[in-house]
Amino acid sequence: MTTKHENYYVPAQSVWPITGAIGLFLIAFGAGSYVQQLATEDTSGGYILVAGIAVIIFMLFGWFKNVIDESMSGLYSAQMDRSFRQGMSWFIFSEIMFFGAFFGALFYARMVAIPWLGGSSNNAMTHEVLWPTFEAMWPLVKTPDGTTTEAMPWTGLPLYNTLILLASSVTLHFAHVSLEKSKRSALKVWLGLTILLGIGFLFLQVEEYVHAYQEMGLTLSSGIYGNTFFLLTGFHGMHVTLGTVFLIILFCRVLKGHFTPESHFAFQSGSWYWHFVDVVWLCLFIFVYVI
Amino acid sequence: MSTITQDTTEAHDGHSHDDHGHDDHHHGAPKGIMRWILTTNHKDIGSLYLWFSFIMFLTGGAMAMVIRAELFQPGLQLVDPNFFNQMTTVHGLIMVFGAVMPAFTGLANWLIPMMIGAPDMALPRMNNWSFWILPFAFAILLSSLFMEGGGPNFGWTFYAPLSTTYSPDTTALFVFSVHIMGISSIMGAINVVVTIVNMRAPGMTWMKLPLFVWTWLITAFLLIAVMPVLAGAVTMVLTDKYFGTSFFDAAGGGDPVMFQHIFWFFGHPEVYIMILPSFGIISAIVPTFSRKKLFGYSSMVYATSSIAILSFLVWAHHMFTTGMPVFAELFFMYCTMLIAVPTGVKVFNWVATMWRGSITFETPMLFAVAFIILFTIGGFSGLMLAITPADFQYHDTYFVVAHFHYVLVTGAVYSIMAAAYYWLPKWTGHMYSETLGRWHFWCSTISVNVLFFPMHFLGLAGMPRRIPDYAIQFADVNQIVSIGGFAFGLSQLIFLAVVIKCIRGGEKAADKPWEGAEGLEWTIASPAPYHSFTTPPEVK
Repeated sequence: MTTKHENYYVPAQSVWPITGAIGLFLIAFGAGSYVQQLATEDTSGGYILVAGIAVIIFMLFGWFKNVIDESMSGLYSAQMDRSFRQGMSWFIFSEIMFFGAFFGALFYARMVAIPWLGGSSNNAMTHEVLWPTFEAMWPLVKTPDGTTTEAMPWTGLPLYNTLILLASSVTLHFAHVSLEKSKRSALKVWLGLTILLGIGFLFLQVEEYVHAYQEMGLTLSSGIYGNTFFLLTGFHGMHVTLGTVFLIILFCRVLKGHFTPESHFAFQSGSWYWHFVDVVWLCLFIFVYVI
Repeated sequence: MSTITQDTTEAHDGHSHDDHGHDDHHHGAPKGIMRWILTTNHKDIGSLYLWFSFIMFLTGGAMAMVIRAELFQPGLQLVDPNFFNQMTTVHGLIMVFGAVMPAFTGLANWLIPMMIGAPDMALPRMNNWSFWILPFAFAILLSSLFMEGGGPNFGWTFYAPLSTTYSPDTTALFVFSVHIMGISSIMGAINVVVTIVNMRAPGMTWMKLPLFVWTWLITAFLLIAVMPVLAGAVTMVLTDKYFGTSFFDAAGGGDPVMFQHIFWFFGHPEVYIMILPSFGIISAIVPTFSRKKLFGYSSMVYATSSIAILSFLVWAHHMFTTGMPVFAELFFMYCTMLIAVPTGVKVFNWVATMWRGSITFETPMLFAVAFIILFTIGGFSGLMLAITPADFQYHDTYFVVAHFHYVLVTGAVYSIMAAAYYWLPKWTGHMYSETLGRWHFWCSTISVNVLFFPMHFLGLAGMPRRIPDYAIQFADVNQIVSIGGFAFGLSQLIFLAVVIKCIRGGEKAADKPWEGAEGLEWTIASPAPYHSFTTPPEVK
């Protein structure tokens, strides 16, 4: 009989999952109501949404504290560590598929919908009957119903942001290597640097949005170009925000002396997540900005 | 430590059991309502999923009764068309996301750890979270029915622009409830994959896995791959409706057909998510009651994988009439027909398993045999629908309704019923009433065919789906269909009676109540102890 299974740890009853379920309920119900109330004076949905987010944050603190305590008291076996790692990998895979839906929409609009509206393939009559003056192009700066906008150039802010994120992946890798070699001070420096780069990226992203809205007239409702631009970069930005918070928590844990060269699942998954966010940005940069 | 011996499998094989590092969890189940709310136990969570699914099955069923009552006669009788549309929509959403999927997840929770010799699921707390999201998600969805403007009325497929330009104000609630259902499914699926990959008992190699475990592994992969795409689809519906985007609006450079592409990229794998675990269940039951080994185990594994891979390449067969280029129509037609090959392998293997077996027809076997026959009928009508030019005729008619109810009701639901009867003795420690079980089977099987078979003819004659009224010449057949529907609905109350009776008492079930059964779950006591396999069994 192998021994690794005998260390299996079935956690006792826990209040955190049901707390999380209630939090998600409040978020879903609150966000749903809030969106419905956009056209009205009523803002009650917004309060429910904020309450839900607060419950989720409370839940995350409680749940993670539980897990960290269990981890620090050595309750986790190598097998459980593998379970966590695999769970995290599959979670990242699901995130890739989520972005895939929006990239799919981008490609479909560019390669199929817009050329067809412009009369390509056998769609001459579609073009003639619907919007005869419409010109197929990408970025679509003039929609069939006449909304005009400007395309975001890839030089300038987006290019800086690309370099920042690429650099942050490298610094995070150095942090990881330092952790594995037990160089704690180097670990703190590299990890701290990564967090700063993440925050810098988010700052420039906000700059870019302000620029787009105020000077370029590129908004969420400027047709399919603005739609895909803002939803792709927006969801990516949300992931960078989450990743940065993740890294900050890791930084605090590093300061408290957590993680060993052998056992650092949380650090590993934070790093995986960050690299994933970085790769998504690269695809974004190529397909949304450059090409 | 004496309680441990009774609680675990060691009682049966005499293994030693010292310091597992969690002695405080070895005593039985905690008491009271908090047991269910805070539980991390895979069996408790499995039971919660199964009960939730059954409640949703009756709720969605009640909506089907409204639909059939309205369609009993031509003309508008009982409900107004908008409410009729809400019923067809919410019936579909509830049956797919509330009844069939949670039932399979419940079975996975109960059975996979026992089948692979694991102590529990790999991530027990997340398991609880996945479940408890669901009642909240459906509370939101159902509550929208009572709000101003009514609930979702655009069909469970929520095609744009029905779900964007023309949808009720409450669409945002629909969107967010689908979001949290998706979160629940993804977490549940991750848990299943990790459990199967990582928690198998020593010696439980891949090609020794029970087929239910195999099929669920592949199902879980499909879930993780496509639920996020559904999340993307509902997000775009949300922004199109409320935030001025035009993903599905040609005026802004989008395309309503793009919605269908994204939706069915999720939707077709989703269809297999609802049938692959069934294949696993049938592959467990047929050998047991034929008293033979399953014919062609490895071909079953490969067939399941092929179906999963092909499921990503066939989505546009739902869209043959949208005006796709001919090349795409042909591609999707041939890929769809290709699925008949691995499915045919499966049906062949089940029949070959029964061939010259010494078969008995206890209730699980009755449901399994009915599954094989009736699911195959659904498969054949699916093949007819796969033929592009023929589909031009069948599209959006009752023929389609007949097709997917044959694969989902007499397919997925029948396999869930079969599984319930098959494993009830293990879950409750009592035998169910065979007499009542047979009543349930025969009432269901006769009525379900009265319900769905004539729909084929209605569809071929041109009756469209999702319309509360119909031309006078369809009246007779619709009446027959409705009578079958009411009878099928009532028959399910027999099942409820069987289950409650079985939980409360009955003949004591042996550890292995079916002489031909194989698998680790039959090596532990009936009812299964609260913690099974805290020490992994050796699989030879």
